[in-house]
Amino acid sequence: MTEYLIQASEIYKHFNDTRAVDGVSLRIKAGEIYGLVGSDGAGKTTTMRLLVGALKADAGEVDICGYDINKQTEDARSQFGYLSQRFSMYEDLTVLENIRFFAEVRGLKSDEWLARSMEILEFVGLDRFTDRLAGQLSGGMKQKLGLASALVTRPRVLLLDEPTTGVDPVTRQDFWQLVIRLASPSPSGRGDRGEGDVSVIISTPYMDEASRCHRVGFMKNGKIIAEDTPSNLRARLNGRVLELRGSPINLLRHVAQKIEDVEDVAAFGDKLHVRVRAGKSDLIMKRLPDEIKSAGGVLTELRAIPSTLEDVFIALSEQSNESHP
Amino acid sequence: MTDSVISVQNLTRRFGDFVAVDHINFEVNEGEVVGYLGPNGSGKTTTIRMLLGLLKPSEGEATVLGFDAFRQSEEVRARAGYMSQKFAIYDDLTALENLTFYGGVYGITDKARIARTLELVGLHGHESTLTRSLSAGWRQRLALGIALVHEPKLLFLDEPTSGVDPTARRAFWDLIYELAENGVTILVTTHYMDEAEYCERVGIMRDGKLLAMDTPSNLKRDIIPGDVWEVYAEPLQDGLAVLPEIEGVLRVGLAGDHLRTITKKGMKKEILLKALKVKNVIVKGIVGGEPTLEDVFLSLAR
Repeated sequence: MTEYLIQASEIYKHFNDTRAVDGVSLRIKAGEIYGLVGSDGAGKTTTMRLLVGALKADAGEVDICGYDINKQTEDARSQFGYLSQRFSMYEDLTVLENIRFFAEVRGLKSDEWLARSMEILEFVGLDRFTDRLAGQLSGGMKQKLGLASALVTRPRVLLLDEPTTGVDPVTRQDFWQLVIRLASPSPSGRGDRGEGDVSVIISTPYMDEASRCHRVGFMKNGKIIAEDTPSNLRARLNGRVLELRGSPINLLRHVAQKIEDVEDVAAFGDKLHVRVRAGKSDLIMKRLPDEIKSAGGVLTELRAIPSTLEDVFIALSEQSNESHP
Repeated sequence: MTDSVISVQNLTRRFGDFVAVDHINFEVNEGEVVGYLGPNGSGKTTTIRMLLGLLKPSEGEATVLGFDAFRQSEEVRARAGYMSQKFAIYDDLTALENLTFYGGVYGITDKARIARTLELVGLHGHESTLTRSLSAGWRQRLALGIALVHEPKLLFLDEPTSGVDPTARRAFWDLIYELAENGVTILVTTHYMDEAEYCERVGIMRDGKLLAMDTPSNLKRDIIPGDVWEVYAEPLQDGLAVLPEIEGVLRVGLAGDHLRTITKKGMKKEILLKALKVKNVIVKGIVGGEPTLEDVFLSLAR
């Protein structure tokens, strides 16, 4: 039997006239990294707050490791770590003092916290900086301290709300390395040592971040409009994205926009990406060179390319607009 | 006389010991869409503030639209538009009232011109909507309208699409390309690696230094040291340990359910496959990957 560490069934939350979360269901396994992807206002943060019990759903249920977030709140809370978009730390306390504060708030006993704090600081790579004031850490190190604070109670579930917005790609790479290690199978089981098998749910507006998750849910207007692995999502547009190069690029853009069965044209500097209706790729690849030539343009390259998650998100958003005007 | 709209020589700005912008040089030509890519704190906004004459350079020079950016900053600001990442739009005014107010700041009272700007950014029909009721995507268009109301020849966009969804972002970029087609030159900062792909040329900033500037295709061709592979291995951790040991493997990074691997050019995937098998790593597949600007950034940074 599969064990789901996060289970939400048909949760709803409205604020005045806005249905912020509109019937969302989630099932996330141990060791799974789930990406909740959408724009500001899509309902990601509200969903996260419902999952951690900071908000109460109008309807629906949330279980964290088998505990009902509303009825067994304390038990459920002891199972997760939460890193919010703007996590607070005490800038005038040292790294170790900050961790100690979070450890004690979360109920670690006085003989436990130091060993565990050092262990988790080592895991995130801050063990050499225990005496540094938090206010003097770089952005990437602050983020690691936030992660360490969320992990000090050894949670089985980790919720990360847009953790890498604006972070240096090098730091982001390091951060993801930690997240993936947390989710990977723990070599010794969940004993006293070692991190692993954690369920991670991460919200992000970035498509390149989403592509690092095991499974992705696209959120729009409070609903999850699609959910699958990044590769399966990308496969939905197989063969339907064409890349064009040539000149003048604006002429190519206008020509492509006018062709029937072209759904979307985007200019990317010196090239165009054209999304076509299913089954029409061959036809359009035959038509484009002639149309461009007769309009006086030069086409130097035309090929089908693998679609990106961004292409898929845009295609799905348009579909959901059509079905819910 | 060249048609360069921005010309920067050795531009430098220090804040105490901290060098926010470190001897950068670049040119932007008329009608170009140029991206300025880097993480937060890499010096992007400081550069723009110097180009607008809001901040004095510690060293170096900048010419913008033919004017000295610092000594003739009023001339520059009268002719350039600026959409900042934290733009003050009045929440309790309507879209039209906001645009009229900011038009007034530039001395523009012509109602037809304001209506034209609304039309241009696609806000027609939303004139009397209170700004606070607009979605992130529409607010962003309003902010763009405000930057465009005095019909500038040059437009600075500082992180214009933070927090808007990919659909609104793509619509925004369609608009940018329309402006560029009409001769407006655009310099846009972003920390999104994938957004920079929309630009004709991209400058890559890190720690105040402009590490490279070229078309996305050229950056990928010249800076990524080899071929990109997506390696689906199990367990991933073992793959991560084994791959870097293989001769010809230049970089390996975790990417969700696979390992993003860069090898020297022309390496056969059979070599990777064999080396992983020898170490008992199960390989579910190895496929060629598309190079990204993130690969470029990581190649420059490491």
